[in-house]
Amino acid sequence: MSTVPHQILAEEGVEGAARTGGTRSDIANYTINFGPQHPAAHGVLRLILELDGEIVERVDPHVGLLHRGTEKLCEYKTYLQALPYFDRLDYVSPMCQEHSFVLAIEKLLDLEVPLRAQYLRVLFAELTRISNHLLNIGSHIMDVGAMTPNLWLFELREDLMNFYERASGARMHANWFRPGGVRQDLPLKLLADIADWLDHRLPRLFEDAISLVADNRIFKQRNVDIALVSKEDALAWGFSGPMIRGAGIPWDIRRSQPYEVYDRMVFDVPVGTKGDCYDRMMVRVEEVRQSARIMKQCLNEMPNGPTASLDRKIFPPRRGEMKQSMEALIHHFKLFTEGFHVPAGEVYVATESPKGEFGVYLVADGTNKPYRVKIRPTGFSHLQAMDFMTRGHMLADVTAILGALDIVFGEVDR
Amino acid sequence: MPSPAPLVPAREGIVDAVRDAIGAAFLHAKDEVGEVSIDVARDRVADVLRTLRDAFDYQQLMEIAGVDYPERPERFEVVYHLLSVTKNHRLRIRVSTDEDHPVPTVTGVYPVAGWLEREIFDLYGVLFDGHPDLRRILTDYGFRGHPQRRDFPLTGYVELRYSEEQKRVVYEPVRLSQDFRDFDFLSPWEGAEYILPGDEKAKLPEAKGAPTPLKADEIVKAKAPKSPAAAPPPTPKTTATKTQTGAGEPTNATAAKPSRPRKAPARPRAPRKPKGKA
Repeated sequence: MSTVPHQILAEEGVEGAARTGGTRSDIANYTINFGPQHPAAHGVLRLILELDGEIVERVDPHVGLLHRGTEKLCEYKTYLQALPYFDRLDYVSPMCQEHSFVLAIEKLLDLEVPLRAQYLRVLFAELTRISNHLLNIGSHIMDVGAMTPNLWLFELREDLMNFYERASGARMHANWFRPGGVRQDLPLKLLADIADWLDHRLPRLFEDAISLVADNRIFKQRNVDIALVSKEDALAWGFSGPMIRGAGIPWDIRRSQPYEVYDRMVFDVPVGTKGDCYDRMMVRVEEVRQSARIMKQCLNEMPNGPTASLDRKIFPPRRGEMKQSMEALIHHFKLFTEGFHVPAGEVYVATESPKGEFGVYLVADGTNKPYRVKIRPTGFSHLQAMDFMTRGHMLADVTAILGALDIVFGEVDR
Repeated sequence: MPSPAPLVPAREGIVDAVRDAIGAAFLHAKDEVGEVSIDVARDRVADVLRTLRDAFDYQQLMEIAGVDYPERPERFEVVYHLLSVTKNHRLRIRVSTDEDHPVPTVTGVYPVAGWLEREIFDLYGVLFDGHPDLRRILTDYGFRGHPQRRDFPLTGYVELRYSEEQKRVVYEPVRLSQDFRDFDFLSPWEGAEYILPGDEKAKLPEAKGAPTPLKADEIVKAKAPKSPAAAPPPTPKTTATKTQTGAGEPTNATAAKPSRPRKAPARPRAPRKPKGKA
């Protein structure tokens, strides 16, 4: 628990007379209900705030209002049918959720994935990261009072949605990563358009929007020194992603435990210096630039070749092949009715999703359905830490802290 | 080239070192697909995790998962996933329990365990001894049952709707307009160990069903005076003969012939010449 905010407030003389004088007993602590329908609650979050005047004494987040039983549903579906549920967990970064599940299946199957598919996955995982951060940065800025950057960043996000649509046919719930590769190859024009977007549109609009807030006095007043998290706290509370990097620990799964072709990519891992809301926000800003860098490398280095495993027991044949080959038709039929069998075993695969470590603990029993899919959401641990991060801060800081947590309830509640 | 999953470098001798450090709490260890799992005694799990955090640098508890195996004597498994950010290694610690025996809480070791244990309590009904705030977390206020158990139906027991008469949300037992269908799609030729729906009928002697309804000719026979069973006609009736259809002899041979000899489909038509060109 940090006492720093109290000291700051005391020095600035903000603290009310009620706290310093003898009339404290006149003001009773009271409890307010924040949410579940509140524009700054980022979904359906209900916070029970215990206040002493305007100082937050205790926060009790009530989650689960969006609980849909994803893990239970997955147990009743084949592996391929369970995959689309992952898009709907964190609906701000769909493909990164698929990524963990697909990698877990491939690890149990010990399946080789063609290089082009790995590049395509990295390309779209980073595209998703940008898309996620654009939303979070924009809404965080809006939570603390600035309107314009959010509108500009949504403009960029719209472009990314269109790229999603051109790749997978869906603007959000892509279902494009499949065990063995990706669903379809991309047209060349799309790759060219993404490159053009990275070179021209992203830097111009993004840097423009960030320049409005990064050095803005009001924005800093709302964020600097708010919700300081030490390195020890960040470790103890299970932080990951921009939250742990904001606290100053250079931990990035893409770097430490590389998957796909991340070991070939050159990128920097930004870290914060103080561990406050401003650091967390700026880490995300820098990650957007680094993601753009990774995407450019992907586009430059991507080889030609198949975009999915040629193992027909795992990945269905192409439509054209099915018109010619009886074998292909049988494989297709078997894959979409019975599905493939995954050897018995258990794996825990965690990837660096935009929000942090998104893990899938998959227990397979050798049949065509998972025995248990435990999803490790990123926001769950972060939201739990909300209590100790918010104590001693003002009521208005709650939205800033919440904005910097990057919470999406599809994933927290599952 | 192996699968593209995250590459966690192996930590040499970790199993032996942990076995020496935790002594009798160590039950079993396995190292599969590059992931180390250690089964430990339930009562000692908090001590084990403290040892792992302090002496083996597993600073983070990333996840606690529950798994339900109803056929085991201790049906629940609580699985702790630890991460060392300095040694860059992941470790899985498993304990087993049932509905009655609580697991010691690890909130004193890793504060993040607070909500993770609440979630397992909520979804499985596993009790955690010493947990400061063991409430439900994901399910509805006033929910009953533990939905992640294997014997909890996917549809649940209650559904809720907004009642226009009572002007509030009401809970009602689940009513399915169609039975819940759960197909496993396992191939019956590849070791599906169950009786396919309908196959159980093949084994039994055929049950006596409703009497077969009489056919029309049988009814006529019953009314007609009784006679010895009529022998079947010498030739079974096949197609209609000329006498039955009334067709006569062909008048002459030429009339019987088709007017034009049947030919194979004509050769493909030559492409039409564009009009208006000389």
